[in-house]
Amino acid sequence: MILKRMNGMFLISIIPFFILVLLFLFVPLFFMLYSSFQGDGGSGFTFKQYLEIFQNTYYHQAFKNSIIISFFSSLIAIGLAVFATYSITLFSKKIQDRILVFANLTANFAGIPLAFAFIVILGNSGLFTLLFKHFGWDLLNSFNLYSWSGLVLIYIYFQLPLAVMLIYPVYQGIQAQWKESAALLGASPLQFWLRIGGPIILPSIAGTFSILFANAMGAYASAFALTGSTYNLVTIRIGALTTGDIFARPELGSAIATLLGVTLVVALLINEWLTRRIRRDLS
Amino acid sequence: MKKPFYHYITIGIVLLYLLIPLLGTFQYSFATSWHKTILPEGFTIKWYVELFGDLRFLKSLGRSLVMSLGATILTLVIMVPAIFSIVLYAPKLEKMIQSLIVMTYAMPGIILAVGLIRAYSTSGISMVLITIGAYFVGILPYMYQGTRNSLRNINAESLMEAAEILGASRYTAFQKVIVPNIISGILVSSLLSFSILFGEFVLINLLVGGHFETVQIYLFQKLSQSGHIASAIVVCYFLLISILSAIMIKMTRKKKEPV
Repeated sequence: MILKRMNGMFLISIIPFFILVLLFLFVPLFFMLYSSFQGDGGSGFTFKQYLEIFQNTYYHQAFKNSIIISFFSSLIAIGLAVFATYSITLFSKKIQDRILVFANLTANFAGIPLAFAFIVILGNSGLFTLLFKHFGWDLLNSFNLYSWSGLVLIYIYFQLPLAVMLIYPVYQGIQAQWKESAALLGASPLQFWLRIGGPIILPSIAGTFSILFANAMGAYASAFALTGSTYNLVTIRIGALTTGDIFARPELGSAIATLLGVTLVVALLINEWLTRRIRRDLS
Repeated sequence: MKKPFYHYITIGIVLLYLLIPLLGTFQYSFATSWHKTILPEGFTIKWYVELFGDLRFLKSLGRSLVMSLGATILTLVIMVPAIFSIVLYAPKLEKMIQSLIVMTYAMPGIILAVGLIRAYSTSGISMVLITIGAYFVGILPYMYQGTRNSLRNINAESLMEAAEILGASRYTAFQKVIVPNIISGILVSSLLSFSILFGEFVLINLLVGGHFETVQIYLFQKLSQSGHIASAIVVCYFLLISILSAIMIKMTRKKKEPV
């Protein structure tokens, strides 16, 4: 009797949860996959959409742009974060906490507000644009916020705090004793980082890189706010194909979204594989 | 220990990079006119007065609050009991929840939106409701993490055992013993979820579109019209997420103190 009531309670508590997950995660996933194998207008079973993506250079370009921008923004963000985060760990706990809070706060500052903040400082009549013009510097002549160079800066902005927060715990894993032992045995700090610290943190850094890469590949709002549908990125193409009034081709959009999803899964698997490697090495 | 100078430089670069866009926007939102000169010609609060006098903005603020708050409360009511049951009575299902979380990472807004449009746009169900459902999935990782950690911290299993030995039913024990103990931890993850949803643009814009203006969509519309008003919105938005973070930090600290 009591056992039965417990089972009932258990089911009542988890059933609504799984219904919602089913409705808003699995059903859309299924429909996206299903319609990616349909012809335009939702007819029949076909690989036509995928073939078109593989043949049409316009979509090659979209993937290439997305991959390049994600790769470079992740690389720059992680490069900055590796050094800055190490520097942060040398300060007092109070200062460390403050910087992390600030990182956390700016990590939430993304999408449309972020794109706008960059328009204010680097747009056509932005703060720095005017400043550099005043001094007669040509630096900004080759720079255009509404194109590749501007997007990379914005992507770095939302990757940077995330990179700092993900790398911070990695340095906590480097124990002070290791450094001391190495120093006692005559190793310079550089030697310590090259021979001991570096190899230990490298898998985590690579894992963080793949998370940042996935994060950038899926980003949409900033680029959309800045360039509308003109800049050719995978996410921008998906948005335009799915909701565009004139050029809507939702089946093709679904196929591109599926390929993007596959890319993200690969990036996440790489991260998991790397994370597992670290655990085995340490145990 | 004296730190070498370059440690200040590395941190300085990161902090400046993160601060400059914020400071620029802040200044612009108080500037009277700022087109040709290096510094603004004067300072004013008229953009804020105009913004908060705009009924359209107030309505969009209301919609944003209802959407984010609604989704957060829905998630609280449905997810917390489910995670409680799973963590305590079916730990094998935890692996499954973790796979679900990886799935949500592999399906960011833009991908989820495509699937939801294909699945529901012709179903006749209001796309606003569908968006709230999508938000439920979107904040799953944060709520799961927060709830599970809180349950571990209070050692929920032995608390439940003790309460049941003393004659409480499982539901009473959950409601009277577990919930009061985990509430602060759960509130922290709810605030985090709320602030993430408040800044959400992709799903609401693709699923519902411009005729249902939230703050983010209002801001998007204003970008091309008035830079000053747009920057006033950005400043208010940043202020809001700052306040929410401050509350979260306060609550996390308070929770740690008694231990």
